[in-house]
Amino acid sequence: MSPHKGQQSQHYGKIMTGSEIFVRSLIEEGVEVVFGYPGGAIIGVYDALVDLSDINHVLVRHEQGATHAAEGYAKATGKTGVVLVTSGPGATNTVTGIADAYMDSIPIVVFSGQVPLKLIGNDAFQEADIVGITRPITKHNYLVRDVRELAKTIKEAFYIASTGRPGPVLVDLPKDVMAQKTTFEYPKEVSMRSYNPTVEGHTKQIKKAAELINAAKRPVLYVGGGVIQSNAAQELMALAEKLQCPVTTTLHGLGSFPETNRLSLGMLGMHGTWYSNIAVSYCDMLIAVGARFDDRVTGKVEAFAAEAKKVHIDIDPSAISKNVKVDVPIVGDVKKVLQKLVQMLNKLDTADWLKTIDQWKAEHPLRYKQGNALRAQYVLHKLGEVTKGNAVVVTDVGQHQMWTAQFFTWVHARSHITSGGLGTMGFSLPAAMGAAFGRKDLPVVSVSGDGGFQMNMQEMATIVEHKLPMKIFVINNGFLGMVRQWQELFWRRRYSHVELYNPDFVKLAEAFGCPAMRVTNASEVEGAIRKAMEHKGGPFFIEFAVSKEDNVYPMIPAGQTVNEMLDTPESVEVGADGEVLTDEVKTLSKG
Amino acid sequence: MTQPITAAATRPSNGEQLKKHTISILVENKFGAFNRIAGLFAAKGYNIDSLTVGPTEEDDTSRMTVVTRGDDQIIEQIIKQLNKLIDTIKVVDLTFESFVERDLALVKVQSTPETRSEIMQIAEIFRAKVIDISPKTLTLEATGSQQKVDAFIKMLKPFVIKEMARTGRVALKREFQGEV
Repeated sequence: MSPHKGQQSQHYGKIMTGSEIFVRSLIEEGVEVVFGYPGGAIIGVYDALVDLSDINHVLVRHEQGATHAAEGYAKATGKTGVVLVTSGPGATNTVTGIADAYMDSIPIVVFSGQVPLKLIGNDAFQEADIVGITRPITKHNYLVRDVRELAKTIKEAFYIASTGRPGPVLVDLPKDVMAQKTTFEYPKEVSMRSYNPTVEGHTKQIKKAAELINAAKRPVLYVGGGVIQSNAAQELMALAEKLQCPVTTTLHGLGSFPETNRLSLGMLGMHGTWYSNIAVSYCDMLIAVGARFDDRVTGKVEAFAAEAKKVHIDIDPSAISKNVKVDVPIVGDVKKVLQKLVQMLNKLDTADWLKTIDQWKAEHPLRYKQGNALRAQYVLHKLGEVTKGNAVVVTDVGQHQMWTAQFFTWVHARSHITSGGLGTMGFSLPAAMGAAFGRKDLPVVSVSGDGGFQMNMQEMATIVEHKLPMKIFVINNGFLGMVRQWQELFWRRRYSHVELYNPDFVKLAEAFGCPAMRVTNASEVEGAIRKAMEHKGGPFFIEFAVSKEDNVYPMIPAGQTVNEMLDTPESVEVGADGEVLTDEVKTLSKG
Repeated sequence: MTQPITAAATRPSNGEQLKKHTISILVENKFGAFNRIAGLFAAKGYNIDSLTVGPTEEDDTSRMTVVTRGDDQIIEQIIKQLNKLIDTIKVVDLTFESFVERDLALVKVQSTPETRSEIMQIAEIFRAKVIDISPKTLTLEATGSQQKVDAFIKMLKPFVIKEMARTGRVALKREFQGEV
């Protein structure tokens, strides 16, 4: 919370313009940082920012960067991210970030300028119907038509964004409304008869779930981002330990359960660990917590945990029975439900089950072979080892994203940030920037591929300007690697527009004013990562030139089952002829 | 075996097999509320047979009545998704309740001096009203259940319907469990 929060009452009752009310309202909400870009329709609000400098405004270089930064800030801190942009193109540039936040349930509030009310619908200069455009990708949105509604609308926007299943809210601010004056009064509470998320789980349902779980022999906890959103990592640990139940996480669940614990199975799904997917297919009890049975997790739905009874805990009633029919659904806040549930559970005798899983782990670990030719897996594995998991790692989308999810050692909630649902390339750099504004306790590392980095690299300027102590890693294989992998495996190796002509990334970073280096050899990796981690006073950039045609394994091809899972082939070697390759294995836990 | 739930948009849309549901939605009477609901049906690929909207007894609410089709899981999702919209106050699937419903149709039918009295007889049977007349046409107003209005229109078809407008179904839960 900002130190200014709740100290604004001396301003209540004063006559102010809409623009002043806007800034005062943000201070009331405890907003510390706003990511924005000015323009004609929002110029009045920017004028008000001159006198009210309590709020740190970060001038991004593209509005998409602002929305991703707000997402990164929100995911890293648990607070609501804030964006301020102008009308028309300013507003439409935020659309991808808004859609991303909607898919991944991230609380952000986007304020967009709008042409004056009387010009709306006239095809005025820089006019776009952003409320219409964002209706299907926001949790809710508003067009403020009267300055007297402004403070109440802002209060509601923050409330809706951050409660229930969180999500993005957009507030459209017509220029003339923001120039009108009224008495400032910030509502203490929100009362909306039409919006009351269910927080407490139904006791009867929790009892039913407990009965099922207590009878289980081979249980698995399948946990998603909801555990992190609900700050329920401790409750999850208590439950898993009590039951002695193995835990597999989704991409967004990484960090909610430490991978150093014997009960951890790592990530499941398309590129999950071999043993997590096998465990799910053999389990007799699946406890889904804050996860939504996404198609990248389930593959062919009919075969997903086909043997298991299923309990599903989620705050969003519409997430239940959307993809998979479960035996006991519980609607409520994950933290509260787990607190009640744990009391009704017995310690299960899972010794045999855990022994089987340990054996699977030993037989089919995450692995790769490393020789002189540098492989991305090695870089990300080393990143986990050097930091011991004590970093906020923000990935982009593609092969490097999956390799980071697999080979980094996840131990903290809110240490893994990525674009999961929408799969937005260009997410990492601006999202990591937002995370770096919110988190000073851990180093923030942006990991991108060469493709994704070039989609929002303009934010390098913002990062350097603010001397953010970020580590910026580009895993350069000269390809859009994931698409290339699919073309190789499923499209008869007919490569279509996946090879990239790239700039000199080191020179590029240096042109932005960021110290940079290139790593081409495995022996340099650890030293380079240490150098980046020790660098102070601003960002540090490393390009890792890795082997060009490498694949992510294990892999369950889209829509298929564990039976079709491709484990890491023995023959996958990237090294010169005759070169000795060392087997690298990620050790998840010491049983 | 895990029971899969396929998306509404990709299911077989064999209208005859999918049960009709009349869903009543009470919403905040706010700018764009109608768009949110219509947009939801479009985005998720749900069927709309009819959709009506109008004011209620309170100034700040509107009632929408949607007639839609789907199996139980789709209807469950429709109701959940409607409830998820911030402006939605209450969603009731009237299909499982006793309810009263009305549909209104305005039908402009071709008429000649020879057919006019026959048309008016049909109108009388359906308790429809003549609301406009010209040398070549009669315009009739009929209200009633959807089936009654359907039957009325069927009876007029042989005379050639020139234009027609229907409101779609409006419905309320029945309080008195009997006939009025």
